[in-house]
This record gives sequence, structure tokens and C-alpha cells, in this order.
Amino acid sequence: MTASPALETQAPPPPLDAAGFWRWVWRQLTSMRTALILLFALAVASIPGSILPQRGNNPLLVDEWLEEQPTVGPILDRLGFFDVFGAPWFAAIYLLLFISLIGCVLPRVGVHWRAMRSQPPVAPKNLSRLQAFHEQTSALPPALVIDNAVEFLRGQRWRVRTGTSDSQVWVSAEKGYLRETGNLVFHLALVLILAAVAIGGLFGWRGNVIVKEGSGFSNTLTQYDAWGGGRLSSADTIPPFAFTLEDFAVEFERREAERGSPRLFEATVEVQRSPGEPIEPDLIEVNYPLTIAGAKIFLVGHGFAPTFIVRDSSGATVLDDAVVFLPQDGNFTSTGVIKVPDSTPQLGFRGIFLPTSAIDDIRGPHSAFPEPDDPSVFLSVWEGDLGLDSGIPQSVYTLKTEAMEQIGLRALIPGQTWDFGQGEIEFTGWQRWASFQIAFDPGKEAALAAAVIATVGLTISLFTRRRRVWVKAQPADNGSTLVRSAGLSKSEAADVSDDVREVLEASEGKARE
Amino acid sequence: MTAAESMGLAEASNAAIYATMVTLTVAMILFAAYFSSGRSRAASGAASAQVSSNSGSVAVLDRSVPSEVRDPGRRVANVAMSLTWLATGFLTLALVLRGLWAGRVPWGNMYEFSISSAWGVLVVFLAMSTRRDLRWLGLFVVAPALLTLGLAVTVLYTEAAQLVPALKSYWLVIHVSAAIICAGAFTVAASSAGLSLVQSRRVRSGKQWHGPMNSVPSAEKLQTFTSRLIAFSFPLWTFSVIAGAIWAENAWGRYWGWDPKETWALITWLVYAAYLHARSTAGWRGDKASWIAILGLVTFLINYFGVNIFVNSLHSYAGV
Ligand code: HEM
Repeated sequence: MTASPALETQAPPPPLDAAGFWRWVWRQLTSMRTALILLFALAVASIPGSILPQRGNNPLLVDEWLEEQPTVGPILDRLGFFDVFGAPWFAAIYLLLFISLIGCVLPRVGVHWRAMRSQPPVAPKNLSRLQAFHEQTSALPPALVIDNAVEFLRGQRWRVRTGTSDSQVWVSAEKGYLRETGNLVFHLALVLILAAVAIGGLFGWRGNVIVKEGSGFSNTLTQYDAWGGGRLSSADTIPPFAFTLEDFAVEFERREAERGSPRLFEATVEVQRSPGEPIEPDLIEVNYPLTIAGAKIFLVGHGFAPTFIVRDSSGATVLDDAVVFLPQDGNFTSTGVIKVPDSTPQLGFRGIFLPTSAIDDIRGPHSAFPEPDDPSVFLSVWEGDLGLDSGIPQSVYTLKTEAMEQIGLRALIPGQTWDFGQGEIEFTGWQRWASFQIAFDPGKEAALAAAVIATVGLTISLFTRRRRVWVKAQPADNGSTLVRSAGLSKSEAADVSDDVREVLEASEGKARE
Repeated sequence: MTAAESMGLAEASNAAIYATMVTLTVAMILFAAYFSSGRSRAASGAASAQVSSNSGSVAVLDRSVPSEVRDPGRRVANVAMSLTWLATGFLTLALVLRGLWAGRVPWGNMYEFSISSAWGVLVVFLAMSTRRDLRWLGLFVVAPALLTLGLAVTVLYTEAAQLVPALKSYWLVIHVSAAIICAGAFTVAASSAGLSLVQSRRVRSGKQWHGPMNSVPSAEKLQTFTSRLIAFSFPLWTFSVIAGAIWAENAWGRYWGWDPKETWALITWLVYAAYLHARSTAGWRGDKASWIAILGLVTFLINYFGVNIFVNSLHSYAGV
């Protein structure tokens, strides 16, 4: 940098004509002070996104929050507080920051380019006012003193300029251009990161699916429980793979310390990478996703699917299935519903599945450990209209009981059958299910590369000291030579006294050899 | 390893923690005595302030000045320094034993991360002290380290157990080891930033130099020291965030998901970026920059304590 930003002073007030005004706005926007304020603004604007639940991470929690706060909730919602990182005001801050960055950095690229190709500036008249000023006499003639210094400085990869003025011979040297280079690379790489993130956001997609043990998944949109893609992504870009979840192994800590903490999750799958290819066994573990055609399959959750057989009053089987229950706590107290549309009248069950059954006054039935040591299920049975024909899509995890009537309540252990009058239900056991996130992000390699470049540039910039030294030599009265040297550090807190000492030693020492 | 042997390791680790705390407590008392004696820097401090204003820039902190060695306060501080080295040795031993017991890196829960951070604070301080005289800072480094250890053994203590599967990754080792060193450097930087605020208030008030702050360098030197520490730790923090993003990509399928932990890591990053900008902005380099350095540590601590304990985050590994 040629002009130190520290010397920047308060800008003059805006001029009145239009062109002048816009130039003034631009200068304000690209000033260091604005960058500073925008960095703070971005930090502050991120805070609500870390405190309030966010749609992107936890839509259910957002809905709960809105229900609990009927007055403030909708206002915050309208202002985008439940999707802070997609909100227009958040985007405005970072876009301004990046415009400021580009406006600030691009001109500096030109300035730096010219600085690197031009010679160091002429030695100043009065060295004694500069840093680490030192004066000594030498028995060598002035030209030789300077030659020695120049040789040393060149060897140390300083950029050197020499000259004479009056009776003096001088050398002016500068080092540490990499500081500004690194700084510029860092700032420009930040722009690249933003671009890579944008590419991922526009072309990438991500879906979630729950697969029961023994069931399969094939990668088409309709199979996902949830799917979201960027504006320019399309279902056609989804690679046509398929897999079956053969087995899902789970282990939890049983020792007293951290009892119940997860220790192992391991999904054994049979994978077909594309139609016509052979089916191969594979493993998906936490931290070890499976990659197929650029898409990655991650193991993100698991739970229980208790199995039931339901018979109507005539004894005919109307349901025989494993039903996915969703875990509600760390011990896998799980809730779910069973819908039986094929019986008349229709039947519905609400259930709580407890892998290790426990009951107390405060929490009611709950699970005491995440493994199925003592499983049981609490069921309430409902009769009436499930409302499936209304045309409004229903969640498979909720039972709409407006047109139904509760006709019984009962706890069951595996193998037990409950005759509730209008039919019977047998609790036959349980399976596990695993949930997978399948993600495709075409920008992530570029984002990583840009982040690495940024870090390298930053490190080079912060660890390089930009500094100048000067040596002047002139004949003294008694026939000896008066040698003066000083330096100037252009970067924060750099100490040039070592440089000055070394160059002075060299200006003498070399000749003695 | 038999159960008895492993219990032995656990107890040995805990004993080493207590040895650390006892040693650090003595060191802290001695540092405090040195600090409150407040005589040692008076002369040399004024002299070097003269030099630095003369040269028009901030000079580096003094290396040890021989004439001060005769000062008895100095000797007390030297003992405190040695005790800090000893305590850091004990703490290193405690971490190693803990790791051996658990059969993994000792960063599986908040207890372990806390004692590791205290270790980071001490190591950064000692590493810096080999190159310059930092006795004046001792009290303000040992006290937070001791506080962290105290919190760890009382509130956060957890029996060692294996890692939850999401934490089983070598990216964890990289990510967390960088974060531990950053925790140390950010803490030391905030301490010296706080001291610089006190110093500059003293100068502004125009009072004579007396009392404990005499053993402390001038505000400008402290600001320089702070900014050096942050210039060192900011790239490391950047690296730590990137390593975390790679790990998140492997574990959850996205490198950045605005999880509260990630969001606060970014907030910390932005605040320190603002600090570096402030150091090059007219009107911000002095006290305002020091406040930003303290704010940076506050955001780091919010991320560590606040998010781990109170917020529902994918990163909840508190184990408390
Ligand atoms: C995303 C936004 C930005 C971030 C994260 C950022 C970060 C940083 C960091 C960490 C440094 C210190 C490291 C170094 O010297 O290489 C720095 C220096 C600098 N930044 Fe930025 N910056 C941003 C935007 C801007 C903008 C908008 C400007 C222009 C107004 C700017 C101008 C500068 C200048 C001139 C320096 C050099 C200061 C010096 O040499 O001491 N930066 N920036």
C-alpha cells in the first residue's frame, strides 16, 4: 500500500452536484471505516439467527414458537427473523460489504502492481528522525561502504536503489511487498468464497429420507420426505441410484459416565449406483458418507419403527407393517401414529414407544435408556373418519381426531394382542430406521479452494513485515567515513532495528574478509 | 487395559489437575504481589516511552533489563514464572493421562475442552514469554486459567468416556487443537487489551505513575502486543473454522448450515476482522480497538459456554 490507511481522515461533506455526490457516496462506501462498521453490522445481524429457531434448520420449532407467541411471533416472522440468513436485510449487509470490498481492493491491486515494478523511493534528507537511527564511522571509503550494504541487501532479497547527492552516497531498500500481495489475495479470495457459496445455493439440492431396515430407497423426487433445491437445480440432475438398508447397528454407553451417549451408528446398505450396474454392499457411518455421482449420502438420524398387525372385527388383517415413530428425547421415547383406512369404520392409533419402559408422576410413560431393553408401547385407539379423503395432504406423524372418537387406551409389550371391541391389534416387535441426508453441492470444492487461498494470503500478509532501510555514507573531516542508517516500518509494530544493525555490520564486515 | 489400571489413570489425571491448580494458585499470589509492588517498570517504562514517541512508532516490548534483576519484586515474579512452567507441566501430564484413559484425544466434552483451553492459555503465555518480558501479564493470564480449571473441576466434571460418533474424526483433532490455541491467544490478547485500557485512562487522567500499574508497559505497547497476538491467532482461527466446515461437511452433508455454533464462530471471526481493520483506521487504533479485542473474547466465550449449554445445537457435546 502506498498511502497508509491510518492516515485516512474524516471525509469532507458531500458536494452538491449529482456526480460529485455519487463520487462522495462511493468514497464513503469504500472507506475503511465503512468496512469496519459493516463487519460489525454483519456480526450483530447474525445473532438473532443463532437465538431464534430457523426455518432452514428446524421448521417444527419455528411453528411451535409461533404458536406460543401469537403477538410477537408473526411480526418477527414478517421481518424475516426465522430465516435470518435468507432475509433481504441480511443480504443487504453482506452485499454492501462485498461491494465495498471490491471497490476498495481493485484500485489497490493497480497501485500495488505499479509499486512492485517501480524503484524504492529516494533516501530522505534527514535520517535521524526515522526509526532505529544509527551513526558510526568507518575506515572504508563511502562508495565501498554502500557497495557492501547493497551486496548484503540484494542477498537478503531487498529491492535496492542507489544514488548520490552532494557528497553522499546512499542506498534505499525496501522489503515485504508480499504483505500487500497477501492482503489483496485474501480479500479477493473472500469474493471467490461468496461466489462458490452462491453456486452451491443455486445449483445444489438436498433431501431427507427415512428408510426402515429391510426397505429400499431409489433416488427420485417422490421418494424423499423432504427435498429442497436451489433456483437453478432441477430434478433431472439427481443421479439415479438406489440402495437398501440391510441393517442398522447402534450402541450406547452403558457405563455410568455419560450413560446413554451414542457410541456407534452403522448402516449396512446394498447399493446400486445406477440402473443396470451390479448391487454392492457398503457401509454408511457418521462422518463417513457414501458418494455417488457427486451426491453424498449422510447418515443423520435413527429411531424405532414398532411393528403391528391390526385385524378388523371379522378377523381379517387390515394392517401388517412397521410404523416409523419419531424420537422425542435422548432415550428415544418415541411417538407415532398408525392409520388404518381400510377398515370400516376407519381406525387410528396414537402411540408412544418406549425402548426401556419407565413411568413416573411427572413425565408419565417415558424411556429410561435408548436401547430396547424392556420395550413397550402405549396406544390410544380412535374410530371414525381419518380425513384422508379431504384432499388436504396430511402428515403421517399426526392423527386428525376432529371426526374421530377415542374408544380405548392400553399398554402392550411385544407379543401381546389387545382386543378393543371393534377389532384387535398385535404388537409384534420393532425394527430400526435410519434417516439419510442426500446432498449435492457443486460449489463446495471451489469454496474450499478459495478458503485455502484466503488463509494462505492472510497468513502471508500478517506475517510479512513491510519495511525500508537506508544507508548514507559521506567523507568526514578526518579522512574517515561517516555512515548513517535508519529504517521505517510500514507495518504494525515491526521493529527495524535488527535490519539497521545487520546492514551496518555488513557494510563493514564484508570488507574485512 | 484392566478396569483397575484405567481407574488408576483417571485418578492420576485428576491428581495432576489438582497439582496444577495448587501450583497456579501460588503463582497467582506471587504475580499479584509483584503486580501490586508496582515499582519495577517505573523508570525503564518512562524511558522507553520516550524512545518510542521519538521514533514516531510503537516499539517492541522490552527484553529483560539487567538493572532490574536486582529488584526483589522481580525475583518474586521470577519464582511465579517458574511455578507457571511447572503448573503447565502438570497440566500437560493431566491431559496425557486423561487421553490415555479414554483412549482418544482429551477433547470429548466440556470438562476436557476447558482444561485444554486453560492449557492453551498457559502455553501461549509461556511461549510469548520466552521472547519478551511478560511478568507484568502473569496475574492476568494465570487468573483466567485458574478460573477455567476451577469451573472445569466443579461444574463441568465428566467421567471420561468415548466420543459420540459425530466427534470421531481426525478433523476434530485439527479443528479443536487450533481452537484451543486460539482460546489461549484470544484470552492473553484480551488481558493485555484490558490493561491497555486502564493504562490509557491513567494517562488521560494525568495522574502520577504510582500504584500497581507501574509494573505494566504503556498503553501503546500493550496495544501493539495485543495486535500481534491477534495477528497470530486470526489466521489460526480462520483455519479452525475451515477445518470445522470440512468436518461438518463430512458429518452432516453441508459445510455451513448456520447452526448456532457455526454462526458464533463467524461472529467471532468478524469481530477480530473488525479489530484488524480498526488497527489501520484513523480514530480506531487505540482504545476502541482494545474494546474490540475484548469483545472478540466475549463472543468466543458466548459460543463456548452459551451455545454448548443453553442452545439446542448439533454441536451440543457439553456432557454436563
Ligand atoms: C468481507 C469483508 C472483509 C473482511 C473479512 C476483511 C478482513 C481483513 C483482515 C483479516 C485484514 C488483516 C489481514 C491483512 O492485512 O491481510 C484486513 C486488512 C485490510 N482490509 Fe479488509 N476485510 C474485509 C473487507 C474490506 C474492505 C471492504 C476494505 C476496504 C474498505 C478492506 C480494506 C482492508 C485494508 C486496507 C487492509 C490492510 C490493513 C493493513 O495493512 O494493516 N477490507 N481485512
